[in-house]
Amino acid sequence: MDSEITSQQPKTSQVETKPKLNPNNRSFKLQAKNVDVFYDDFQAIKDISLDIVENSITAFIGPSGCGKSTFLRLFNRMNDNIDGFQMNGEIRIDNKNIYDESIKVEELRKRVGMVFQKPNPFPKSIYENVAYGLRIQGVKDEDYIENRVIESLKQATLYSEIEDSLDKQALALSGGQQQRLCIARALAVKPSVILMDEPTSALDPISSGKIEDLIHELKKEFTIVIVTHNMQQAARVSDNTAFLYMGNLVEYGDTQKIFTNPKKDRTQNYITGRFG
Amino acid sequence: MGIIASISGIVVLAIFIGFVIYMGIQRLSWDFIVQLPSRFAEESGIYTAWMGTVWIMVFTTLISFPLGVGAGIYLEEYARQNRWSMFLEINISNLASVPSIIYGLLGLGVFVRMMQMGNSILAGALTLSLLILPIIIVSTREAIKAVPSSIRDASNALGASKWQTIWHQILPASFGGILTGVILALSRAIGETAPLIVVGALVYVPFAPQNPLDEFTVLPVQIYNWVSRPQEEFIINAAAAIIVLLGITFIMNGIAVYLRNKWQSKMEW
Repeated sequence: MDSEITSQQPKTSQVETKPKLNPNNRSFKLQAKNVDVFYDDFQAIKDISLDIVENSITAFIGPSGCGKSTFLRLFNRMNDNIDGFQMNGEIRIDNKNIYDESIKVEELRKRVGMVFQKPNPFPKSIYENVAYGLRIQGVKDEDYIENRVIESLKQATLYSEIEDSLDKQALALSGGQQQRLCIARALAVKPSVILMDEPTSALDPISSGKIEDLIHELKKEFTIVIVTHNMQQAARVSDNTAFLYMGNLVEYGDTQKIFTNPKKDRTQNYITGRFG
Repeated sequence: MGIIASISGIVVLAIFIGFVIYMGIQRLSWDFIVQLPSRFAEESGIYTAWMGTVWIMVFTTLISFPLGVGAGIYLEEYARQNRWSMFLEINISNLASVPSIIYGLLGLGVFVRMMQMGNSILAGALTLSLLILPIIIVSTREAIKAVPSSIRDASNALGASKWQTIWHQILPASFGGILTGVILALSRAIGETAPLIVVGALVYVPFAPQNPLDEFTVLPVQIYNWVSRPQEEFIINAAAAIIVLLGITFIMNGIAVYLRNKWQSKMEW
């Protein structure tokens, strides 16, 4: 089903698969090529190919269990430790296959940060949470660490709220603050890509709004991929949208077009709330 | 029914303890604690016994803590899930319920005779370590399992290696639980008599041990010896020694409870 979509190449001119930003001016940051994912006998991703442009925001949408989280977690190899995980095809970042044997997973994850569904700060102080990524890299220069911590907290628009209490337990923060702390923690190690797995689903609308504003800001420096359940959120924050259904990539392209004039009936039905 | 059963259990226990304290308290004094044993009940003390207990417990801790916690970490974090690890898991649980005298016989065969350690503190400590290792391993694994996977994910996603995640996140978060398990296991070891008698703890030791290869006695063995004497005075001595042993055990359990509460309140997610 939909094989003419899922096996598309970047140079073919199918309207629904063309990213909004012109690929000739900017390079593809992330590329998936004919990716299959299996958990034992269950096929979670079916032959997906897709290209993501640098400094853009791409949203993955689709009903629960469609494979969007699995697909997202391919980009920092977070599926590797799951029992029975097996993958075919290539995931390329800066044109390098990250599943190649020469790639060190730890190095990869320093360049590809991740923010999770539920805020998950470490049971340490706010400062130590942000410093953690640098410390495990072996950075000893305390001045540098302090600079990065403050800079990252500012970038995550959290600094003004907690300026005087960097030594406070991170778990004492509100949910929205915790999530921005987790974003700051990811920023501190200077990644170039940030993956977000439903980052606002556990937050109230006001906190969610702050995170969305923040995502917009971060686009200037980072390539962002966000999985979301929230259709309005996808429409608000993303440049491009990919709709996944039962492991297939149904439609991928300019967010505006997908939400106003989808090519596929299934996409139409999903975004108008008729199923899923 | 359950309430009646537990109340009657507690009442019986309270009567026993009350009786022991009533009998032993008259004998309890500073002299009793610092005197060497003697064939005259009134001059006998428990100095060599509790010194032996301290020596044994120190070495048991040194051996069983790193080994047990290390095995727990390995099984929980590194071992592949296959038939071999299933087999290990089931057997470790089974080992926790093997009667302690069997461990004593094992210690006699392996440490005392085969490895020729003699009736030494080292042989006794190794035997007790074997006895409590299963408890420490199981409680370490439980404590590690209780750490939410979101913490592990967060650390991995930042590029931490497996060991960095274990060292910086998993162990600090589970340390309260691990420590509780270790202390409870040690407070079981401190009251063990049978395996140490088999290994060769002496009944009468006129000196305090000086090094780990010395012969030794411990409090429970001393108590066992005194209660088997016909004279009333030795029975009273035994009661007094029981008070000391109970005191040590209660203090250890108290520390375990305190640590658990302290770490739990710090680790609320």
